Order: sequence, then C-alpha cells, then structure tokens
Amino acid sequence: MTRTSPAVAAMVSAAVAVSLAGCSLIGNSPDEGSTNEEGEPALVRVVTHDSFALSEDLIEEFEDETDYTLEFSAPGDGGALVNQLILTTDSPLGDVAFGVDNSFAGRAIAEGVFDPYTSPDLPPSAEPYLADDAGSLTPVDRGDVCLNVDRQYFTDHDLAEPETLDDLLAEEYGDLVVVTNPATSSPGLAFLLATVAAYGEDGWQDYWQQLADNGLKVVESWSDAYSVDFSGSTGEGDRPIVLSYATSPAFEVGEDETEAPTEALLGTCFQQVEYAGVLAGADNPEGAQAFIDFLLSDEVQADIPEQMYMYPVNDQIDLPQAWTDFAPLADDPFTMDPALIDDHRDEWIQQWTDTVIG
Amino acid sequence: MEATVGGRADGRAGGRSSSRAGGRAVGGRGRTAAAVVAAAVPLAFLAIFFGYPVAALVARGFVADGALDLGGVAEVFGAGRTWRIIGLTFAQAILGTLGAVLLGVPGAYVLYCRRFPGRTLVRTLVTVPFVLPTVVVGVAFRSLLATSGPLGFLGLDGTFTAIVLALVFFNYAVVVRTVGGLWERLDPRTAQAARALGASPARAFVTVTLPALGPAIASAASVVFLFCATAFGVVLVLGGLRFGTVETEIWIQTTQFLNLRAASVLSVVQLVVVAGALVAFSRARATRERALALHGNPARSTPLQLTGRGGRPGGDLLPAAVTAVVVGVLLLAPMLTLVLRSLRTPTGWGLDNYWALGSTGGDNALTVTVWQATANSLRIAVDATMIAVLMGVLVALVVSRRPRSTAGRRAIVWLDGAVMLPLGVSAVTVGFGFLIALNHPPLDLRSSPVLIPIAQAIVAMPLVVRTVLPVLRAIDPRQRQVAAVLGATPLRVLLTVDGPYLVRSLGLAIGFAFAVSLGEFGATSFLSRPDRPTLPVVVFRLIGQPGALNQGMALAAAVVLALLTATVMALAERLRGEHAGEI
Repeated sequence: MTRTSPAVAAMVSAAVAVSLAGCSLIGNSPDEGSTNEEGEPALVRVVTHDSFALSEDLIEEFEDETDYTLEFSAPGDGGALVNQLILTTDSPLGDVAFGVDNSFAGRAIAEGVFDPYTSPDLPPSAEPYLADDAGSLTPVDRGDVCLNVDRQYFTDHDLAEPETLDDLLAEEYGDLVVVTNPATSSPGLAFLLATVAAYGEDGWQDYWQQLADNGLKVVESWSDAYSVDFSGSTGEGDRPIVLSYATSPAFEVGEDETEAPTEALLGTCFQQVEYAGVLAGADNPEGAQAFIDFLLSDEVQADIPEQMYMYPVNDQIDLPQAWTDFAPLADDPFTMDPALIDDHRDEWIQQWTDTVIG
Repeated sequence: MEATVGGRADGRAGGRSSSRAGGRAVGGRGRTAAAVVAAAVPLAFLAIFFGYPVAALVARGFVADGALDLGGVAEVFGAGRTWRIIGLTFAQAILGTLGAVLLGVPGAYVLYCRRFPGRTLVRTLVTVPFVLPTVVVGVAFRSLLATSGPLGFLGLDGTFTAIVLALVFFNYAVVVRTVGGLWERLDPRTAQAARALGASPARAFVTVTLPALGPAIASAASVVFLFCATAFGVVLVLGGLRFGTVETEIWIQTTQFLNLRAASVLSVVQLVVVAGALVAFSRARATRERALALHGNPARSTPLQLTGRGGRPGGDLLPAAVTAVVVGVLLLAPMLTLVLRSLRTPTGWGLDNYWALGSTGGDNALTVTVWQATANSLRIAVDATMIAVLMGVLVALVVSRRPRSTAGRRAIVWLDGAVMLPLGVSAVTVGFGFLIALNHPPLDLRSSPVLIPIAQAIVAMPLVVRTVLPVLRAIDPRQRQVAAVLGATPLRVLLTVDGPYLVRSLGLAIGFAFAVSLGEFGATSFLSRPDRPTLPVVVFRLIGQPGALNQGMALAAAVVLALLTATVMALAERLRGEHAGEI
C-alpha cells in the first residue's frame, strides 16, 4: 500500500519546494513593490493592445528621466481593448491607453473614455490623423492594410498583377483572393471600410457580391489566411492574393535577397492610425500625459517600426532600410472619418455578413 | 477528464451501516462542521473569482439606466440566427460526443485492456491534443484539409465535418481515459461466464460488458458534450461565422460589437445548456456508483491478439484497427503537420526555428524570448496547480462524504455541480467579468499577477475534483467508522484513512492541473501582461506576424508546449499506473 508513496511524495514535495524556493510567479514578482503602491503619483498604468512593444532601454530611460514607473497591461486585441475601456469607464483600467485604432476610435470617444489632451510634441505631420477636433486621442503611428500578392505565381502564370479593387472582379483573378472576416479580424474590418470608401455607402455591397461570385474565399483570422491559404508565404496555399499589411513584404525578404517575393497592392489600402489617450478618471493624468509625450518623442517614433511594424506619425523619422525598399506606404490610401465609422460599423458588418456569408 | 474510476458499490451500503454505528453523534456533528468549513473555502473562492464576475457581466446586459431591461431577450430570441446557432451548437456537440464515444470506446479497450509495446507512449500521445493551443490546431487542421493540403482531396476544408473531427481530436482522450480506467478494473469473469454459457463474443460484449461500462461512457459523454458545446477557438478557425456556436456568438457580441444585451442572454442560454449537461453528468455518476462492483486490481491485461486460431482475424482486430486509424490519421496527422512545418526553414529543413526560440523572433516580434515565456508559463503553472489542487482536494473531501440527511446529500450534489460550472462558461464572459468586477475596492486586482494563476486554477479545479473524488469515494466508509469507534479524532481519521489514498491520487491531479495551466489561453490572454507573457500567448502572437521565422517559431513553440504537456502527462500516467492496483 505504501509502495509508490515515496515517488508521489517526492513529486509533491518537489512541487512545493520549487514554489517555496521562489519559482512561483507571485513569490518572485519584480513588480510586486510597484503594484502594491497603487495610487502613488509615481506609477503610470498603461493599457495597450496585445501587439504593443517598445525597446526595454527606452522604457528605462523614460522611467529614469521622469521618476514615473510604467506598468503595462494588455487585455486583448484592438477591438477588445476598446470595449474593455468602455466597460470600465467608471473605474478605468489605467491612466493612459495606447492602441485604439481609427476603426474603433469613434466608439471610444462617443462613450467618453478619454480626456482630451494635446501634446506640445505633436508633429505637424500627425495633424491630418486627429480623430476629433477636441483632441481626445493623439495619433502615434499609422500603417496600411492592403492586399498582398505572391509575385512568383503571377510570373509563372504569365498574368499581370491586379492593381485596383476593380481589377479583382476580372475573370482571370477568379478563385485567387483570400480575405478575412470583418466581424472577427481587424484587417478584415479595415478592408471592408476600404471598399465602402471606394464604392460609397450604396455601392459597396454590390462590389462584394461580385467579389463573392468571382470565387472570393473568406477565413476568420489573419494567421489563417496568411499561413494556410496564401501561396506566397510559409503555408504554400493555393491563393496568391491575400489581405495583409503594406509592411508584410519586408518580412518575406530573405537575408541576401534584393527583391521581396511578395508585394502589397498599394491601390487597395485602407489607412490605419493608432492612437493614445488619457483615460477619463485616471489616477495619474499628468503621468499619462507624460507618457503620450514620450510616445511622440523621436526615439520612440524611430523605435515603432522595429517593434510594432507600424510607421511613425512623425514623417521626419528615418525608416528601416528594408521598409523603404520593400514596404512603402500607399500614396493615396482609402480613409474614413472615425465618427462615420462609429455610426455604421456594426450595420456594415451585418450587411457584409448577409451579402458574403449568407 | 476522469482518469481514475474507482467507484464501488459499497458506498451506499456503507452509508446505511454507518447510520447504525453507535457512539458517533458527537463525531458526526464535528465532521459536519468540518465539512461545512472545508466547503466554504473553495465555494468562497469560486464565488469571488467566478460567480461574482460572471454575474456582474451578465447583469450589465439586463440593466439599462438602472432599470431591468429584458429587451435583449426578445431581440435575441426573435432573430432567426439565434435559433440556427443554438441548433448548430447542439448538432456539433452531439456529433462530436458521438464521434468521441464511438471511436474512444475501442481505444479504451485497446489502450487499457490489452498489452502491446509502446502502449504508454500512445496513452500519453492521445492526451496531448487536449491542451494544444486551438489557434495552432486550427492552422494544423487547415494545413491538412485546405485544397492545397495532403488531405485536400477530401474536400473537408471549411465544412461542418471538419469541426466535428477537430472536436473529436480534442476530446478523444477524455473517453479513452474515463472508460479505459473503468474497463481495466471490470471483473472479466462475468463476461467469461457468458462466453462459457455459449454467448458469442459480440453478444457477451453487448449484454455483459457494455452495460457495465454504460455509466462510465455516459459520464465521459457528458464531459465531452460540455467541452464540445462550449468549444470556441477551433470552431471559429475551422468553421467561421457560418458554423457559429453560442460560444462564438458570445465572443463576437462581446468583443466586437459590445452588445452586452445579446451576450448576456446568450450566456444565460449557455448556462442552461451546461447545467443540463451537468445534471446528466451527475445522474450518470450516481448510476455508476450504484451499479458497479469492481475488481480492486485492474485485470491483468492480455497481449493484443490480432489473429485468432487458424490465422483467422482475432477478436482484437476491429478495435485495434479503429484505434490505429484514429491515432494515426486523426491525432497524429495534425500533430505531425505541426512538427513538420516547425522544421521547415526558407532554405530547406532544419532546427533553425527551434534555435530561434532563444530570440525574440523575427524583427522583434516578442518582448521576451520563447524560453522566457516558457519559464513564465511554468511559474504560473506552479501557482495555478497549487491553488487548483488545494481547492479541488477540499471540494473532493467534502463531496466524497455521504451524509445521512437528505439536505446534506443535496448540498453535496450542488457543490459538485458548482465546481464543474467553470468548464462550461465562456472565457470571454469570465475575462470581461474580471475586468468590471475586480477593478474597484474592496477587490482591486487590476493587472495583478495573481489573477492569471487564479483564472487557470478555476479551469483546472473541476479536473482535480474529478481525478481525486473517485479515489476518495472508493474508500470503504467502514474503515473510517472503525477508526472513529477506536477513538480517532475526525482529523486523525482524515490523515490516517483518507490521507494515503489522497496523496497517491494527487500525482494525476497535479499532472492535469499543470497541463491545463500550461495550455490555457482564453482567460490568460485577457489578463496577460505584455512583459510577462505565457507560452500560448507568445504562440498566438508569433503566428499573428508575417515572415517565415515568426511563423516557424510559432509552430516550434507549439511543439515545445506539446512536449512539455506530454512529459507532464507521462509522469502522471506513470504515477497512476504504479499505484492503480492499490486503489
């Protein structure tokens, strides 16, 4: 009856030992001190989406120079982030939020999530991206959601690459396109908005109907489309046209290559802008403002491409070589007023679902 | 996930005889008080970290401007889509459960009643899918089934069948372990007697063995039903909104549309479905406890016989063939796809993606290296396991008692059900609930690192209970009575009678809790901190970034997660295997 007890007892005591030895997260938290000091002005709590990243040394530099301590939390993707901020307006998740994009900015502003703040460091090149006149949100970075093509496929099939949204309706591009669902993926929503901007509130459904008739494939997530269905990346799927980002080709360039195997169709892009804002009811609004100034500093703006794959809003910043070579932004992307998006987003997604999914 | 099935018929008889035992009045009251205290701790834990947040979120959907607003109910039930989704949820759950049971029963027979080389390895392998990240499984399944994939000719991509297959992939192990654990302990002499009296093997199986297995099958089916009815990630990836379920609809209504009215109504619908499954579950277990007389020791398993006398097909051929196909095609093919794709590099085959796990990914996709994330996952798993095991054992100790009063028995059924509920409630509901319920005094836990282990412990707790409880229930109550009559205090009875059984069942419970914590993504992703992500969180992030290196690293990291899980489960299997005979 006690034959195997030593083995189990050893396992149990090992588990207890490692945790007591400080291997546990709770017992070994380097931030424990700061989380216990909530309410002290020194702490700035930053809420971001789950793609947020900045170089460690920049964060340390900010903390050294300002005497603020930064604490980050990332409760989901862009859409989930906004909805959580709205749900917690009476007791905000932090002092400052980063990562609300233009497809959700209108909703957040309408729900009173942010206190207006205009940073003295706002570069002139950022002004066209402001979400409202009050300055509720500060534009920090931008990027384009565009269709990408597998160049090899078009060479092999002696077929010209499409250039515009209209081109995709041509017979020769039938069964070649894979996009993501606007209800479940943010690039999908951006592309839907691009078509609304292109064909107007009365014409976009007709466009999608024709796309669907031409063999469009819809999947639920970017990773699914890009890594399974797209022929130009690792998945070796059977669709040479995929919905992705203007920057994606830069990631597909091999070490010594001079050409990217994929290319963004710059005539199909929707402009994404990511914002930061001071949360209404923040414990530390001054710290929140200081963090927004920090995001607009030249150092952080220059760090953004490497860390978050977005373009800085400050057009004076030098970009990585691979980006200037392989990932140019569209000259004239489709855009839309955040307030207009907020008025119609759910309705458009619903109509899109009825048209394309049925 | 009930891996140890040791229920015995003596529970009831013991309960009756205990009421006749003299001199127990004082001890009985003390024991009742102890049970109430022991139940209060996990109940309070569940109430604070599960019930309160979920109720807070659901309540938001039913209150508008301070008044009760039931407009959402009409809105949701008035939409044709809702009924289609409820129908799809049931269809997928029923078919997934049927598939898992029909394929799992032969698997249980082959893997638990027959001996062959590599059996332990296969037993371990079948458990790995249970904790693989769904986003990765989705990519693996679609890589196989997409028109360009090796199984593309089947035309299954984006079909309902693909979803059902994936559900079977995830839940096969539940049936195999639950039914297998019981089957190896069935007294084989009953079936042998039937055979001696002239019954064919098929007839003996249908009339003798199957009815005996019935309760275990019903029990496994209920758990699988619960998992299938609330499956989320894999349904979304494989089926999209075309085959949405109540769970995916809650996710979309909450995270994309912030339509809490609809989400709350749907959450209540889901709770009703889950509660129904739980009732069926508890009925199934009750039946088993009444009806089964088990061998204390597992029947010594005989070697697999593929050929019978004179070279004719042996009795084991059919189950062995079914199991080989299931393990080979359904389980191994997606896992192999993962492994193969993780070994692909832009220049051919190699371990580059694995070497890169020490980096932060192509173009700094991550804030920490994958190994650091693995270390985070392990640390969190230690905490989550401790919480889950502590709470789960307390619950199991209370639920394993058999009070004489009807009220007491009823209370125990409710406690048992309450602990199971977290398995059936959407992670989105819990995650959003945490945010609105635990973010102001007196419980201000915003971004506290303690929330992740707590959330994972809530998910793991039901499995701990299901693992430990059967062992405790199998203890002959007369042992406790004898100890009490001889003057032992209730605490001493607990330590000397229950203690040794408990400690030995803990190995598997720890294994399950650890594995669940390692693989948990839904609730974790809500609470994760960017500077301290877990392994599933970095897998999710990597697979969401373009570039061969990031994609390859995501798959390599998923393989690491699978290997960790396999190791943990193999260890648990070993511990269980050694002492199984003594329960």
